[in-house]
Amino acid sequence: MSLDHENDAAFNEALIAEVLSAYPDKFAKRRRKHLAVAKPAGADADAAPGEEGHLLSECDVKSNVKSIPGVMTIRGCSYAGSKGVVWGPVKDMVHISHGPVGCGHYSWSQRRNYYSGTTGIDSFVTMQVTSDFQERDIVFGGDKKLAKVIDELEEMFPLSRGISIQSECPIGLIGDDIEAVAKKKGKEIGKTIVPVRCEGFRGVSQSLGHHIANDTIRDWVLDKKDTGFEPGPYDVSVIGDYNIGGDAWASRRLLEDMGLRVIGNWSGDATLAEMERAPLGKLNLIHCYRSMNYICRHMEEKHGVPWMEYNLFGPSQIAASLRKIAKHFGPEIEAKAEAVIASYQPLVDAVVAKYRPRLEGKSVMLYVGGLRSRHVVTAYDDLGMRIVGTGYEFAHNDDYQRTGHYVVPGTLIYDDVTGYELEKFIEGIRPDLVGSGIKEKYPVQKMGIPFRQMHSWDYSGPYHGYDGFAIFARDMDKAINNPVWGLFDPPWKKKDAPVLQAAE
Amino acid sequence: MPQSAERVLDHATLFREPEYREMLARKRDTMECPASTEAVAAQSDHTKTWAYREKNLAREAVSINPAKACQPLGAVFAAAGFEKTMSFVHGSQGCVAYYRSHLSRHFKEPASAVSSSMTEDAAVFGGLNNMIDGLANTYALYGPKMIAVSTTCMAEVIGDDLQSFIENARAKGSIPQEFDVPYAHTPAFVGSHVDGYDVMIKGVLEHFWDGQERSPNDKINIVPGFDGFCVGNNRELKRILDLMGVSYTLIQDASDQFDTPSDGSFRMYAGGTTLADTAAALNAKATVSLQHWCTRKTLDYAAEKGQETASFHYPLGVGATDELVMKIAALAGVDIPAALDLERGRLVDAIADSQAYLHGKTYAIYGDPDFVHAMARFVMETGGEPTHCLATNGTKAWEEEMQALLSSSPFGKGAKVWAGKDLWHLRSLLFTEPVDLLVGNSYGKYVSRDTGTPLIRLTFPIFDRHHHHRFPLIGYQGGLNLLRTVLDVIFDKLDRDGDVAGETDISFDLTR
Repeated sequence: MSLDHENDAAFNEALIAEVLSAYPDKFAKRRRKHLAVAKPAGADADAAPGEEGHLLSECDVKSNVKSIPGVMTIRGCSYAGSKGVVWGPVKDMVHISHGPVGCGHYSWSQRRNYYSGTTGIDSFVTMQVTSDFQERDIVFGGDKKLAKVIDELEEMFPLSRGISIQSECPIGLIGDDIEAVAKKKGKEIGKTIVPVRCEGFRGVSQSLGHHIANDTIRDWVLDKKDTGFEPGPYDVSVIGDYNIGGDAWASRRLLEDMGLRVIGNWSGDATLAEMERAPLGKLNLIHCYRSMNYICRHMEEKHGVPWMEYNLFGPSQIAASLRKIAKHFGPEIEAKAEAVIASYQPLVDAVVAKYRPRLEGKSVMLYVGGLRSRHVVTAYDDLGMRIVGTGYEFAHNDDYQRTGHYVVPGTLIYDDVTGYELEKFIEGIRPDLVGSGIKEKYPVQKMGIPFRQMHSWDYSGPYHGYDGFAIFARDMDKAINNPVWGLFDPPWKKKDAPVLQAAE
Repeated sequence: MPQSAERVLDHATLFREPEYREMLARKRDTMECPASTEAVAAQSDHTKTWAYREKNLAREAVSINPAKACQPLGAVFAAAGFEKTMSFVHGSQGCVAYYRSHLSRHFKEPASAVSSSMTEDAAVFGGLNNMIDGLANTYALYGPKMIAVSTTCMAEVIGDDLQSFIENARAKGSIPQEFDVPYAHTPAFVGSHVDGYDVMIKGVLEHFWDGQERSPNDKINIVPGFDGFCVGNNRELKRILDLMGVSYTLIQDASDQFDTPSDGSFRMYAGGTTLADTAAALNAKATVSLQHWCTRKTLDYAAEKGQETASFHYPLGVGATDELVMKIAALAGVDIPAALDLERGRLVDAIADSQAYLHGKTYAIYGDPDFVHAMARFVMETGGEPTHCLATNGTKAWEEEMQALLSSSPFGKGAKVWAGKDLWHLRSLLFTEPVDLLVGNSYGKYVSRDTGTPLIRLTFPIFDRHHHHRFPLIGYQGGLNLLRTVLDVIFDKLDRDGDVAGETDISFDLTR
């Protein structure tokens, strides 16, 4: 890792003080704990928990607590964590947004979880299925309606393999018993029905929704039937890859090429069968630690399946991860992994040769969700770009610990950042690129700062694997070196024009 | 290896490369335990039948691909049309993230709103503290001139009382005594986003008008309604009204809020109806709504205050614009200027030029009730037939009104109205009773793909095409844009259906 620069700690400390001054006192104090400047790593830097490697810094902020009212948090809710992230991508199940119409409407087809299949026939990912609660359902309860919804779904979609019930806020408030409905109807129709208590008011962000969704996989999916699956010596499940823009497919190629058999992908492009057989695997590979570590820990305890974190963003981490995974399986797989890495080296060299000179030294601020706020740091580094600030919507303490492996001292760290803070930080730092979400995109671009959405890959992708790295590099180049940034000032008011490079 | 630095392939083409196709086939065959190819084909065919359609239309409980959103979205959009106004949605915070994303994806613009971030403890004890703290923070951080409060379904289910909460917050000093905080209860389990729009507008008017003495003047209030094309439409509307010399107040105008320039600074607030104008609008002679189904309560309230009221259905095309212009002229006591005669004539001229391609075309139209009404009327004006008219958020009364419209023209004879139905119903309708063209929003692309019916994107939300909303659809000039949008799809289809050289290209005509 060539993360050898240092960011300006004193400047960033001053920025933090400045944004806090705008808050009422009580809340300035609370927000203070979520904002920090990464400190140099302590003496035990080499023995840090989590991912392997040297600890570069300490990112010590408070996290995973309630957002302050009225501040424009960027966070979502439990339902978003369950339906939107964990369950929604499972393609051969129908996911009911149970409650009023809105939640399912706004999350309809928005996460770009790619899948193969015939939508509405054997696959249901890009559909909005809802019990569309009316006032009478609130008053009299929705269990009867839910049972009827399930009957009608059977009529409409007989080839579905199961159903999940994604609770919206009212369900938990009106005391519906969706578990009883799920049990009864599951028996009747002979399919898996999973009741998920992911009401949006539970927890403080998407994160509890991930956890609840994991628990329902544990309780309603695993160990429920004989899968008839013949395990093999090199079976792995990929956990926490949602196949955004095809990420999981770009990853799968590499894993297969190094001799592993991917018996399931959770949950992008997944079928129910892929999830059911995971306990028979030899190793669980977890990409998004935040959203799916729970089920990995469960399978480790109950089924003895070990798990391993890895990172397929950018060639440095891809090579390191493939080697780490291969090591688990021994020399034969290790040799194949080396062959895979070597076979892609010419592509890596060509991508770096083409794009690094165009991106060298550019500064980046990130604000994303579960893993990317750290995982993509080295992909930028591979292109000569440096991260000057990063933070998470819904991370926990263990995520910030892991972040220390990726960012250098002096980096600005912001947890559950508010719209106000992020705008002021960006204004103060003026990075060359910001990577965050749709809500942040347009304010940042209007400030004249290039932007990429790092949840949806800004409608591009995949970004995982070697195939994805080429796309990642191209996209960052397009964002930063587009001529539009030079058009902001009318010629009669022109200040210094930025240095641009024409597309190649 | 399909990927290269010279020609970087992304998802649009990468997964069509043989390496990926083989990998996905292998995954399917060995790991997915899928339904058999035969079963998939059989079910796929079955969904195209009348038998499936009947079962589909018999659904009573589940909604599949409904074309409607929930009330607070309408309230947030409504609030965005007032001067320096921040939307404050009381309840769970995830909802606000959704509204903001939804609006940003359509307008390709910032969409600001805050939440009171209620969690489990607030579900038990109520959200009063969230309101008190939330208003204080919003006021301190975002410097609004007004905070418009609406609710998520969580706050509605537990029964939080906005009025008393806001007064409590005021008493605690969260906001200055005289600071404007209109509010509206917007339960997601009642109505849809068009109703949320209605109650928020009414809430704002009540805030400024209640307890005030009305001294009537000659001004006209115009409420545009929930409109994803507000950027283009409101500007066109104002141009027409200025041309006519009418003295008016647009009540709710988000055209500048959702169209700020890129010049180096982010404007959290832009344009909108000023608070002073909103207050003074009590004195107007009349309040006119451009979208009846978005403003029923608002108009009742204006009438209660002694104003004349009139409502339209999102005036598209010649006849609907004629009615709007005449009504406004009558209310304002002005003559219709010659410039509008010319504009009208130009639209009629354009329709006449293209009539051969429009006459007899059949359409399926879905969207909000006013839009569907407007589009069906425009289609009939061009000699087309609005075969299926569907509004998920359409009521029985809307259905009756649509029937009346359709029976007013021979071109509406075979048309059917589908109130409360969704886009999975529409899929069955288009398989069993196909049409030439589908009119709707981006969500229609799935039905369009499955049934092979070209989609014309003319209403909110449009996520997968850029900038359509910047151009007007209403008025005579907007009619030209509307007409051109429809025709482009018709001509593109003609060309696409005949573009295989030597095989299907006999009528690949240069001039049409």
